[in-house]
Amino acid sequence: MAGRFDFWSILTDPLVRQNPVTLQILGLCSALAVTTSLPTALTMSAALTVVMTLSAGAVSLIRRHIPDTIRLIVQIVIIASLVIVIDQLLRAYLAEISRALSVYVALITTNCLVLGRTEAFARHNPPVPAMVDAFGNGLGYSLVLTVIGAARELFGKGELMGYQVFALSDQGGWFTPLPLMLLAPSAFFLLGLLVWAIRSALPEQAEAPEHEPPPTGEPAE
Amino acid sequence: MTDLWTLFLSAAFVDNMPLALFLGLCTFVALSKRPESAIGLGVAITGVMGITVPLNMLIYQGLLAPGAWSWAGLPDLDLSYLSLIAFIGVIAAVVQFLEMLLDRYFPAIHAAFGVFLPLLTVQCAILAGSLFMVERDYTFAQSTVFGLGSGAGFGVAVVMLGAIRSRLAYAELPAGLRGLGITFVLAGLMSLGFSSFAQMAASQ
Repeated sequence: MAGRFDFWSILTDPLVRQNPVTLQILGLCSALAVTTSLPTALTMSAALTVVMTLSAGAVSLIRRHIPDTIRLIVQIVIIASLVIVIDQLLRAYLAEISRALSVYVALITTNCLVLGRTEAFARHNPPVPAMVDAFGNGLGYSLVLTVIGAARELFGKGELMGYQVFALSDQGGWFTPLPLMLLAPSAFFLLGLLVWAIRSALPEQAEAPEHEPPPTGEPAE
Repeated sequence: MTDLWTLFLSAAFVDNMPLALFLGLCTFVALSKRPESAIGLGVAITGVMGITVPLNMLIYQGLLAPGAWSWAGLPDLDLSYLSLIAFIGVIAAVVQFLEMLLDRYFPAIHAAFGVFLPLLTVQCAILAGSLFMVERDYTFAQSTVFGLGSGAGFGVAVVMLGAIRSRLAYAELPAGLRGLGITFVLAGLMSLGFSSFAQMAASQ
């Protein structure tokens, strides 16, 4: 079996080359919503990676017994049960962060990343490679969240993990916080720039133009 | 009545699902390549949210909320931790039911946006609508209006993004920015515009 699956590439491919957020367009909602600071981004990444690895394992174990017609419902129920467990754990032990994440932990249920990987990979493969694949995708997702969360917290508040990094101007330092970094638009801009950076480094990911100008005559205007 | 209208507007514009709360972004980005498909998606989401949010509200208040079983002599029973599974089940059932209904009676509409319907089961905006309803304690009328408003706001945003993206044919973009990259930048700009609605709501 070791020959059939190249575990190293299953694990590392999703980190940058096949990154779930920037290439597969999966799991965007939570990726942007929870990245106002690094601690929430890390908690969310950990929760998602755990849910994904376990659900991939569970779906893969019973993959021969799920009828095709109801597989979506079965998969969602498995994922939802795991999410409920994680949600209750976070509420019990990390109450403050759990409040900051509000409904987004529950929304892991409908995170297209989890369902997308169980549907595309775990359903056809034995448990061990399925879990490695899920773990790798979870790491790729975490990487994007960490980068964006760190950038937003650093430039929005001058802090990292709650510790002051830049000296703020109202305390006699040189750095003026950028409140825009904590608002919704900056998350979109940062992710757009990140996608641009990755695709400049790996030009084979660039997309063809989606729309062609109308073929006849001069362009309008 | 004015309260409900205000709720509708704030659900549609101030708390716009994709642009202010980042909900439903996967479909928002993936299906906004053309305005025509974006319109179908917007209508489908408005319909599904207008039905599922009030339905889930009835289920939550009647079966799951703390104290809902007091008539059966179980005043301490709190099933609210089951709400996630109940909501997702209701959404999946409603989506499936709508699809069969449209297929049977309105085949033309079904052909027009039938492909989007199954996707809506895993649309985070729709599940989030029900979760917000619980968090904010809406009544039946409020949850109906909230569902319709959020769906309409999503529809407006996705149609606008689709229209802008089809104009990109005239833009000379760097190769790496094409497609996904520029879509995020566009969404960011639209989100800036929508955040001015939040200012208006605050200044009222």
